[in-house]
Amino acid sequence: MDISTEELKSVSVMAVSGRVDSATAPDLENALKKLVETEKTQIVLDLKSVEYMSSAGLRAMVSTLKAVKRLNGDLRLASPSPRVEEVLRLAGLTSIFSIFASRDEAVASF
Amino acid sequence: MARKLTVPGRYDRLEQICAFVAEAAAEAGLDEIESSRCQLAVDEACTNIIEHGYDGEDKGQIEITCDARPGELMIAIQDWAARFDPTSVPDPRLDSTIEEMAIGGLGLYFMRQVMDAVEFSYENGVNKLTLIKRK
Repeated sequence: MDISTEELKSVSVMAVSGRVDSATAPDLENALKKLVETEKTQIVLDLKSVEYMSSAGLRAMVSTLKAVKRLNGDLRLASPSPRVEEVLRLAGLTSIFSIFASRDEAVASF
Repeated sequence: MARKLTVPGRYDRLEQICAFVAEAAAEAGLDEIESSRCQLAVDEACTNIIEHGYDGEDKGQIEITCDARPGELMIAIQDWAARFDPTSVPDPRLDSTIEEMAIGGLGLYFMRQVMDAVEFSYENGVNKLTLIKRK
């Protein structure tokens, strides 16, 4: 798994690629936690290049969503692959997260 | 043909396990979506074994056997941790609000959602989980 982050105006865009499973989800959670600790609470997680995600990845995303919501921020998801979207749907998370077809739309939504 | 993989219970082996399952799924003639569902189920099962069964990494082995037949894949996962009782796992609260939501029990729930059969047994000190996916 690789993670890269860029700032677009007031929004932090974190692009994730590769596999997000129990081996790599702690790294994703820590990277997200660092953003929140530096008061970056408007976050777009770009999932376009995520090949695979298990419930461990969902757990990292949900704990971050809870943290940013408490600070009046939001974690919004961009361009999940059909494979990742199925996992989100199975877990009932498509109604919990705001999901956008592209990174630009997700950034513009803030 | 049946194939077997034995690995130490470590999260960094999940990728290898998924690749092993993908090969067997292809041999059974399952499509990409069905294959990825099998990989998800096996990943969640092995994660649960490491996290809850062995209570951490490097505490025991996991043995995965895949039996690919035309249009059907049977996967058996064995571990030597304490007996697992699937009835002890509550269903995840999927209709809860974000604050109430706890992503626990989701692994078992996923397995039941994506596979055609999920069966747990315990015999002679061995937990055995059998997963079946049909085309």
